Amino acid sequence: MDLRFARDTATVFSREFAPVPREPLGLLFTMGQPLLFLFLFGPLLAGTPSFGGAGGDSPWQWFVPGILVMMCLSGPMMAGYNLLVELIGGSLERMMVTPLNRTAMLVGRTLKEFAILLAQAVLIIALAVPLGFRLHFAGVLAGLVLLAVFGIGLGALSFALAIASQPGGELFYGVTQLVMFPLLLLSGMLLPMDFGPAWLQAAAAFNPVTYIVEAERALFSGRFTDAPVLYGALSACAVAAAGLALGTRSMRRGV
Amino acid sequence: MIHARGLTRKFAVKRETVDAVRGIDLDVEAGRLVAVLGPNGAGKSTTLRMLTTLLPPTSGTATVAGRDIVADPAGVRARIGYVGQKNGAGENFRVRDELVTQGRCYGLTRAEADRRADEVLDRLELRPLAARRPGTLSGGQRRRLDIALGLVHRPGLLFLDEPTTGLDPQSRADVWEHILRLRAEYGTTILLTTHYLEEADTMAERVVVIDHGRIIADGTAARLKNDLAGDQVTITVHDAADTARAVAVAGRIAAPDGVSAEGVTVRLRVPRADAALPEYLRALEAAGVKAVTAEISRPTLDDVFLALTGRTLREGEGAAA
Ligand SMILES: Nc1ncnc2c1ncn2[C@@H]1O[C@H](COP(=O)(O)OP(=O)(O)O)[C@@H](O)[C@H]1O
Ligand SMILES: [Mg+2]
Repeated sequence: MDLRFARDTATVFSREFAPVPREPLGLLFTMGQPLLFLFLFGPLLAGTPSFGGAGGDSPWQWFVPGILVMMCLSGPMMAGYNLLVELIGGSLERMMVTPLNRTAMLVGRTLKEFAILLAQAVLIIALAVPLGFRLHFAGVLAGLVLLAVFGIGLGALSFALAIASQPGGELFYGVTQLVMFPLLLLSGMLLPMDFGPAWLQAAAAFNPVTYIVEAERALFSGRFTDAPVLYGALSACAVAAAGLALGTRSMRRGV
Repeated sequence: MIHARGLTRKFAVKRETVDAVRGIDLDVEAGRLVAVLGPNGAGKSTTLRMLTTLLPPTSGTATVAGRDIVADPAGVRARIGYVGQKNGAGENFRVRDELVTQGRCYGLTRAEADRRADEVLDRLELRPLAARRPGTLSGGQRRRLDIALGLVHRPGLLFLDEPTTGLDPQSRADVWEHILRLRAEYGTTILLTTHYLEEADTMAERVVVIDHGRIIADGTAARLKNDLAGDQVTITVHDAADTARAVAVAGRIAAPDGVSAEGVTVRLRVPRADAALPEYLRALEAAGVKAVTAEISRPTLDDVFLALTGRTLREGEGAAA
């Protein structure tokens, strides 16, 4: 965990990132997707009476962090998918025989997805501010750091899953389909859980994403000392620790 | 360069255990070109993947380039090159970018990685393809790129897993030319696998034959053929009665298990067919048997494999295809 680790992470990151600017169409889709949510889904919330949570904040204050967490779920999944493709293709094996640090291999790939998430965040916030979103700069920054930690953990979990899915990859597609939607729906990301039945709220309490979403909302409104921030941080760190342990272990056990 | 003792590897597949490698002892000195020959599923790739630290062995030990594969995998990785059975370049990346990345993976500076990338592009005649994606290359070009990726850091020891499988004859010859030149110019130690008999026969100075996860023969192609297969004399006669007499005569010249007959054809395995044929013909003449045709043939490595296992390598190839 030193200079070599940083250099190896940079090597992996720049390899993964190089094709991005060369694919303008792909970039357009990547950036367009959150905007669709913002403009096609956001107005529904804004138009719903009695919505907007405590304090009479703008609904955008509530909605923008939710979209970002949602984006943060799909990025790491993409990273796992890309890894699976390289695993089946043989290029991952080629890199595993080099002295490249195993953990850097995972972190560098997730960081690339995070760089894209950052660009998406900047775009969404820039467009949401005129609509009434109040920018708490330090809070947003802290929120993004939290998302990075969470995303690295998710990415590593997705890598472990990709490695376990060899050689066909069916397991990967199955599990991601099966897990993504409950994680998303049971987190209060797009609609508040407050109005749901008790059993649904209880289920949401077991979803680590719930805590992340709540922490992000507090941070994006500049409330650093709220309890959800602590829970969210703990949840992100737990996911990151579990992910990195599992991901690195499956890399070591041989692919 | 390589010293392996008792390497084994098991895989668990749906509650069953597959013994992919059952005990490999192998020593390869620096500067050698060794071909590991065996049918599909023999355990060639698994052996290579253990020696290159991709897979931990189930049991056994090995040192590769002076480092223990289990205790110091990083030390091994820094000193070897590996060209796997599958393609090494990622689909989304450009040819030259992948080569630069590979150099960076070995800890080269950006400038040095750039220089090495250009060097191997020239070496393997890939320069015009530098900006392409691997998916747009022909089979032979892709394989040259794989080899280029294995050479960026100038390893003293290079592993190649079936470098020519699936290529057309021209591309195969091309890949071989590069491998042999590499060895001539840098003295690189090379361990490669193949299931093409002719390649092992003509290119390698030492052939290690493996089957069912074990080494069943090891030596120069010429010695294996002499010791394990021998030359063959084949004659045909007029009728079945003559066949029986020809077989009886053959028993005086070749070992009993070296004589076989089929219809009016009689075959003899002998150490030197050029000497045995005239002798056999004279003996037949003396016994009053007239040979209709006669020919001699040198053994191939396939005959060696047949002698050792009772199967031919070509059958295995056909079954797998
Ligand atoms: N990852 C794996 N999981 C399960 N079985 C494997 C795995 N890799 C190889 N095997 C099995 O081990 C045996 C040897 O395979 P391999 O070393 O690839 O042979 P070769 O390279 O000589 O064709 C085969 O029976 C193969 O099915
Ligand atoms: Mg193989």
